[in-house]
Formats: sequence, C-alpha cells, structure tokens
Amino acid sequence: MNSVSIKELDLKYQDAHVLKHLNLDIQKGEFLVLLGSSGCGKSTLLNCIAGLLDITAGQIWINDRNVTWEEPKDRGIGMVFQSYALYPQMTVEKNLSFGLKVKGMAKEEIRQRVDRAAKILQIEPLLQRKPSELSGGQRQRVAIGRALVRDVEVFLFDEPLSNLDAKLRADLRVEIKRLHQKLKNTMVYVTHDQVEALTLADRIAIMKDGEIQQLSTPANIYHKPCNLFVAQFIGSPSMNLLEGRIVGDNFVYQDYRVNLMGYEFIDQGDHDTSAYLGIRPEHLALEPREGYVQLATATIDILEPMGDETIVWFDFMDRKWSVKIHGDHQLDWGAEVDIYLDPKKAHLFSKQNEGRL
Amino acid sequence: MEQIQLMGPQGPKPKQTSVSRVGVYVFLVSAAIFFCIPLYVMLITSLKGMPEIRLGELFALPGDPSFAAWVKAWSEACSGVECNGIQTGFWNSVKITIPSVAISIILGSINGYALSFWRFKGSNLLFGLLLFGAFVPFQVVIFPLIIFLREVGLYGSLTGIILIHTIFGMPIMTLLFRNYFASLPDELFKAARVDGANFWQIFFQIMMPLSIPVTVVAVILQTTGIWNDYLLGLIFAGRDNLPMTVQLNNIVATTFGVREYNVNMAATILTAIVPLAIYLLSGKYFVRGIAAGAVKG
Repeated sequence: MNSVSIKELDLKYQDAHVLKHLNLDIQKGEFLVLLGSSGCGKSTLLNCIAGLLDITAGQIWINDRNVTWEEPKDRGIGMVFQSYALYPQMTVEKNLSFGLKVKGMAKEEIRQRVDRAAKILQIEPLLQRKPSELSGGQRQRVAIGRALVRDVEVFLFDEPLSNLDAKLRADLRVEIKRLHQKLKNTMVYVTHDQVEALTLADRIAIMKDGEIQQLSTPANIYHKPCNLFVAQFIGSPSMNLLEGRIVGDNFVYQDYRVNLMGYEFIDQGDHDTSAYLGIRPEHLALEPREGYVQLATATIDILEPMGDETIVWFDFMDRKWSVKIHGDHQLDWGAEVDIYLDPKKAHLFSKQNEGRL
Repeated sequence: MEQIQLMGPQGPKPKQTSVSRVGVYVFLVSAAIFFCIPLYVMLITSLKGMPEIRLGELFALPGDPSFAAWVKAWSEACSGVECNGIQTGFWNSVKITIPSVAISIILGSINGYALSFWRFKGSNLLFGLLLFGAFVPFQVVIFPLIIFLREVGLYGSLTGIILIHTIFGMPIMTLLFRNYFASLPDELFKAARVDGANFWQIFFQIMMPLSIPVTVVAVILQTTGIWNDYLLGLIFAGRDNLPMTVQLNNIVATTFGVREYNVNMAATILTAIVPLAIYLLSGKYFVRGIAAGAVKG
C-alpha cells in the first residue's frame, strides 16, 4: 500500500518548468529522502505534497485518497521547517496546541496529546517557555512536536537540520531516526546533505532540474549510481573521473590501458564506445593489492589528514584526483607514488548520454 | 606564578578626543539650539502680557509669567464670529483623528497581510495600483472627490472626512504593513496553514501579535498626518466639524482689533501638542519599529 503517490506531477511558473512529469510512490512507513543541490525542486515537491503550492498538472495521493485539491490541514500531514517556524509570541505548549485548538478539539484531549509529544521529545521542562528562550536544537524538537501532536500518517521534513551546528545536527539526526523506528510513520525528508540522506533513508530520490535521477536504496545509490550526475553528487570527496574509450575488455585513455575484468556491465555485448571511467577515492590504493591493477604514477599535491584517514590529492590527466588511505600511513608532500585501482569497484558511464554502462 | 612584564601597547586602547569629534559635537549642539529657538520664543511669549510683548524684547524671559493667554486661547479666542476658543477645534480634531487612524490601520494591515501571504491572481497589479495612489498629489483628486461625496450625501460631514482620511491613508498603510509582513519568514505562514488555521485565524492569532512594532509606527504616522492636516479638513469636514488646524488659522489670521501674539502663540502650542506628545512618548518605539525588520524567533 502506498502512503504517498505522486502521479505525473508538473509545476510551471511563467517561464520556469520546476517539476517535470514526476512520478513517485512512497510506501507506508518508509523513510524517503529527497536529495539534491539547491534549486533542483526538492523543497518545491515537498510543498506540493503538503498542499502549500498549487500544481500545474498531475495528482497527489495520500493514504489512497486523492488530495490534489485538498487544503494542507485535510491531507493528514505534519510538516517541519528549516527555520522551525515556531510562533514567536506563544509558549511551547501553545505552539504545540495551536493546530488542535483551531480544529476545535476538546481541552482534555489536547492536553493528553501535548503531554505525549512532549514526553517522546523530552521537552516537558520547556513547555512554558517562549521560542526565543530555547536553543536551536530545542526549537527544532518543538517543531517536530507540532507535527507529532497532529497524529498524522505522513511527516514532511524540509531541511530540518540545516540551521543547526555540526554536532547538534549529528545528534538530532540520530534522534529523528530513532523517532521513525518508534512511530513507524511515513517520512519524506528533504536535504542537500548527503550524509543525512545516506544515514536516514530507506530510499533516496536524487533530484536534478525537477526530475528524479535515481530512486533507490542508499547502498545502491552509492555503489551503483545510474548516471554520471548521481555518481558525482554522492560521495565526498567526489568520484574521480577519466575520459577515454572502451576497447574490448580494456578502458583506454591516451597511452594507458585498464583491464576491466570483473566489471559488471548492465547489458552484455560489445561496448566499443567513448566513455567515462569513475572510481571512488576509497577504491584506489597506493600499494599493490589483490585484484587491483596499476593505473599510473603521480605526484602528491596535497595531503589532508583527518585522523582516521588521510585524503591524498593528485594532479592527474588535468583533473584533481583524490585517494583515501588509512590515517596511519606516513606520506610526504611532493613524493611520486603508484596508484592502483580495483576494476570491480569502478563505474563506467557512456559519454553520449552519461548513463551507466 | 611569576608576573610577566609586557612592553609596548597593551590592554584597551586609550580613548582620545580628536578635533573632528569636538567639531561634530559643536555642530550638533548648535543645530539643536537653532531648532529649539522658535519653540522657546513661542513658550515665553505665550507667558507674557501684551505690554511686555510690545517692548519688543523677543528673547527676554517674562517678568510676570501668567497662563492667562493660554486660558483665553483655549476657551475665549475668536475665530470669525464665534468666541469659544480653540477647544471646539480640538474636540473636532479628536473626533476626526481617532476613527480615521483606527480604520485606516485596520484596513491597511489586512491589505498588507493579504497581499504578502495570500497571493492571488492580479495581487501584484493591485499592489502596484495602491502604490501609484500614494504618489498621486491629492490636489488632483479633490474636485472629483467633492462631487462624489456630495452625490452620496457625505459632503461636509464627520463620516465624510473620516472616509477621506481613510482613503488617503490606505496606500501608505498597506505599503508599510505589506513590507513588514514580507519580512516575516514565509514558513511561519505555511506552518499555520498546515496547522489548519484560516485567513482570519492566521491574521488575528499569529500575524497581529507579531506586528505591534509596525502598528506603533503606523499610529504615529497616521495620527500626526491626520492631526496636522489642514486642506482636507477645510474642504470636507463641513462648518461644524472644522479641525483644530483650520480654527487655529482663523484665530491667528483674524484681522480685527489688536493682534494678541501671546494668545496666538498659546493656541499654536496647544494645536501642536498632540503630535509633539506622541513623538516624545513613542519615539523609542518608532525607531524600534522601523528597525524591526527580521523577527528571528
């Protein structure tokens, strides 16, 4: 059963086509993350689901009900915003109960729901405070609470952690995941932070220019990106790239030749074509290993020690290349080293349409 | 612990009074004196008797200060044939100003709220037209307005002048509130909609409590503007509702008999006292309201 269904959704402003023929099915209890850089339409899509934006064409279904023309309050959704959007003049308790009061719910039931939400989010001591007296993390908790008291099927999160500092973001991220495991609601979560996406999501939808590029599990997105954009977008530092040709079992670029034994092509057959070879920094090595082939010799440009690991940067074939190695390795700036590559972990993309080969 | 001796500049930089700073203060003080002189002259003249005024010592303090001129200005001075002082005008002005200020602010805030949050087709055009209204010199529309009010039977009535002030206040009030609401985070409005609040619930329960600073600004602008108005009051208010400004002019400009400068001065101060008091009492909020752009929860 689908919790949220988006069918042939189109959104146009005067001259901009913001969302293009979007189709998306979100299952009951699923945590779906919409991921993309700014301007890709991910927040717009969320606002369409919430009913805060009028759409140009298509349908939106929530809980097997066509809600395309329904008001936000009738859609069975709760929403959490990036700027928290708490009502500044009201106490935390009033913030939580406002929506229920507007609905005309009985006082006793309002109190029960507010207490329950406050307990789940551990904000009971804060109930009589104003938002201005809360820290960023506490405010975001209250904002989540406001969605919680509505007792809805679907939670919509619009970059909820982007205004928090790094430490709090990591903490609250875990809490949101815990909340999802406890409540088992459907959650649609918009972010531009790939770490949030990879850690939280059951499935990730990567968006670009109003279209979904790939919709899959975090592991699939990371290890089997469907096109060059997804491959470059996910991963930090981003995937290293080479431009060349596939000739038989080899990837050929200038005088070099990489044997592609062990690479799983999507379709069998002859692949005599121009292509990109992509490889993630952690799938390269600076010493020979089982199954690795030698790629080239290069000079170390920059070393970025991060404690547990070190990122080594090279100038290679007019591109910046990075290799992730264990933090214990001692390397010197300017040294010449050999780079080895694991062909099974490589990615090949057609130069023509940038799709995976 | 051993005390370490530091050499060279250390700690806070010593304050120095530079020549330019002194120059700035001299300029500011003389400007303040310059603008205070007329007020000073008016005050002391209003406290003098006519013989003392005739001596021509404009800046001299009154020898025998008396409030006789103030009493006369308030309750006995003649404008035209009536000699009831300026109090009739004062109460007329109060009757005109209070409803005009209240109605124009209520309508302007609703306009501004609707225009900044409930975008509808043509809302930008409507706002553009309203803004255009703010730039039309009102002398241009006076004659058509007279005819219009005469036709609907409101010419020369209290309702008529209140309507006129409300209409002329609308563009600037709408602009003020629209810009203030536009500075509030859009997500606040979205959150209220998801919570299920309707047009009026969002306006009264979320937006109005947040717009106190801008409302103070609006009250100041409208009160001073409407209180100080002369032309509209003269034309539209009718003989029985002439505002204080019009009556002041009638008293001061009387051409019969002796020109009683002390009474004129007192009447002028009485007329100016309302806007002056409002500035002095709420100047702090005025600055705060203008500076209050972002409401960061």
